[in-house]
Amino acid sequence: MGKTLFDKIWDAHVVHAVNASQEVLYIDRHFIHEVTSPQAFAGLRDRGIGLFRKDQTVATADHNVPTINQHLPIEEPLSRIQVETLTKNCAEFDVNLFGLGHENQGIVHVIGPELGITQPGMTIVCGDSHTSTHGAFGTIAFGIGTSQVEQVFATQTLLVSKPKKMRINIEGQLSEGVLSKDIILYLLAKLTAGGGTGYFIEYAGEAIESLSMEARMTICNMSIEMGARGGLIAPDQKTFDYIQGRDYAPSGQEWTEALAYWKTLKTDSDAEFDLEYTFQASDIEPMVTYGTNPGMGLKVTENIPSGLSSSKQESFSKSLEYMGLQADQPIQGLAIQNVFIGSCTNSRMEDLRIAAKYVQGKKVKEGVRAMIVPGSQQVSKQAIAEGLDKIFTEAGFEFREAGCSACLGMNEDKIPMGEYCVSTSNRNFEGRQGPGARTILASPLTAAAAAIHGKIVDPREN
Amino acid sequence: MEKLVLLKDTAVPMPMEDIDTDQIIPARFLKAIDKKGFGDNLFYDWRYDKNDKPNSSFILNNPIYSGSILVAGKNFGCGSSREHAAWALFGYGFRVVISSYFADIFKGNALNNGLLPLQVSPEYLDLILDRLSTDPNTEIEVNLEEQYVQLLPDGHREKFEIDDYKKMCLLNGYDDIDYLLSLEDKIKDFESNRSYVHKTIRK
Ligand code: SF4
Repeated sequence: MGKTLFDKIWDAHVVHAVNASQEVLYIDRHFIHEVTSPQAFAGLRDRGIGLFRKDQTVATADHNVPTINQHLPIEEPLSRIQVETLTKNCAEFDVNLFGLGHENQGIVHVIGPELGITQPGMTIVCGDSHTSTHGAFGTIAFGIGTSQVEQVFATQTLLVSKPKKMRINIEGQLSEGVLSKDIILYLLAKLTAGGGTGYFIEYAGEAIESLSMEARMTICNMSIEMGARGGLIAPDQKTFDYIQGRDYAPSGQEWTEALAYWKTLKTDSDAEFDLEYTFQASDIEPMVTYGTNPGMGLKVTENIPSGLSSSKQESFSKSLEYMGLQADQPIQGLAIQNVFIGSCTNSRMEDLRIAAKYVQGKKVKEGVRAMIVPGSQQVSKQAIAEGLDKIFTEAGFEFREAGCSACLGMNEDKIPMGEYCVSTSNRNFEGRQGPGARTILASPLTAAAAAIHGKIVDPREN
Repeated sequence: MEKLVLLKDTAVPMPMEDIDTDQIIPARFLKAIDKKGFGDNLFYDWRYDKNDKPNSSFILNNPIYSGSILVAGKNFGCGSSREHAAWALFGYGFRVVISSYFADIFKGNALNNGLLPLQVSPEYLDLILDRLSTDPNTEIEVNLEEQYVQLLPDGHREKFEIDDYKKMCLLNGYDDIDYLLSLEDKIKDFESNRSYVHKTIRK
C-alpha cells in the first residue's frame, strides 16, 4: 500500500519508538516567541544545559508588541518584561532573534515562510497552536506546550503519538469574491470545532491546487480550529517558486538537491486515509461566524440557526447571549463598530492587496474603527512601497505596525466590551479580542466591506 | 512533577462542551515569565464580573461544589496551545479533569504537569454529571494504577485508557524531558544517518 504525504514526512523523522503509540520525533525547525518560551528557558537554566541545536531555532517577538511607535520602549510593564526576557534569553542561549526593531520581525507564522525558513518535508514546531500555518508548504507543523518547547530546546526531539489521517478534497473552482478564508470557515461550519480532533489533515483537490501559497497558509492556519493537530498541502511548482530566492532558501547545488527531494512529497495514489471528505468549491460563499467558536459559521446570506444538537444547546445559547444575537436572525445588516484586518491568518501582502482594492476611493463608515495590521515588517514595507498604506489611511483605516495585535489583545489593541469586530483572525472565543469583545470572523474582503458599510454585507454585491 | 497515584475526592461539574483555553486562562494573564500564580486567574472572565467581583452564578464560586476533580463537557481544552491552562488548573488545585474528549495539545500539556486528563464514555460522563447535580458531595475515586474511575456511593465504575509510558511518568512524577535527554546518542545517530537534511538556518 502507498503512503500518504503525512506518512512520508513523519516516518522520515522517527528517531525511536517508545511503545506502540509513543514515538520520538526529530524536529527540523523550532520557532519561539515571548509568551510561551520564558518558562522553557528557565527549565534549561535549572538543569544547567543549553540548546541542543540552536541553529535550528529562530525567535521573534510578536504577541505583546505595540503596533504604534515600536521604536519607543513598550509602555505596558508586563509586556515589556516579557519581550525583554526573550531578548535576554536569546542572548544568553545564543538563539537567532528577530526582535522588535529588526527588519525581519513579525508574527512568527508570517516570517517563517517569508524568510524561506519553512520548507517542504520539514517538521516544524512552535509553542503556538497556529504553527499549522506552515503546513501549506508540505511540512508537518504543529503547536506545542511550553514543556515541549523545553524538550525541543534540550534534545531537538519530541515525544508524540502519531495522529490519524484525514483528507479533505475541494473539487472545482471557487466563485468570484470567495476567498480561502471562506473555504476554511465553510469546512469549520460543516465539520465543527471538534471535527478534526485526533487527525492531521491533508487538503487536496482542484480548488486547493489553484490557491496561491498565501491563500493556502490561511487554510492550514485554521486547521487547529477543527481540533486537528495540523493540516498540510502537497508542495507543487507554486511552492517551489515561492521559496526560491528567499533569504534562508537553499541555493545552487543545494537547491537542486532540495527540489529533487521535495518533488517526491506527495500522497501515493493507493494510500489510505482514516477519514475522507469531499466538498464542491461552487457551494462555498462568503462566510462569517455568529458564535463563540470558529465552527459556528454561516454564509453571509444565511440566518443564524434555530439551535444545535441537544448536547450543544447550552453552549449555543450562551454563545448567542454573549454575542448579543438571536436564533433565526439574519447576519447580514448587523451593525458593527470595529474591523481588524491582520493576524497570522490574513495579514500577508495578498490579503492587504485584496482589502486595498476594495476600499480604494471609499470611506470607512462613520463610527467604525478599522485597523490594518501587517503580519511582518517586510509585509509592511512592501505595502508602503505599493502605496497601500495611503489607500488605507485615505479611506479612514489605521495602518499600524506589525504584530499579533487585536487577534488576542495582549497589547493595547483591544476591542471594547460589547462591541462587534469583524476580524480576519482565527478565533472568536469569548474575550479573545478583549474582555466582552464580540468577534465575527471573516475574509479580508468581507471585513473590508464591513468597514465601508458599517455593517455585515455580502462583499460580492456591495 | 508531582506524582499522582490514587485520588478520592469531590468534584466540580462544568457540563459545557468546547471549553477553550482562552476561557481557562485569558490571554492577558499570559504575561508572567514563571509558572506560578496562574490558579488565581483560572476561568477569570467567568469567575469574576466586569468589576472584578466574584460572579455568584459561576460554579467555582458556588460553595457547595469543591474538590480536586473537574468534570467537564466534551472537547475540553480546545483552542490555543498555552500550557498556562494546565498550570492554572493545577495551580487552582485540580489534579484530574474528567471529560468525554480532550483537545490534543491540552492533553499533552496536562500530562506534562501532573494533571490527569481522564477520558470517559459520553454515557459515564452524563452519569457523573447527573450524580453531581443531585448530590454535590458525591465522591469520586480515580485509580491510576488500576486505570478505573468510580463513583464511590454505589461503586459504579468505568475503566479508562492511558498510554503506559504516560502512566509510568505520572505514577512516578517523571517528565518527558528526562527520558529524551537519555536518548542523546540515538538522536545523534539519527542526525548523521538521514537521507535528506534541511541545511541549517543560521545566517
Ligand atoms: S496572530 Fe493571533 S493566532 Fe496568530 S500567532 Fe499571533 S496571537 Fe496567535
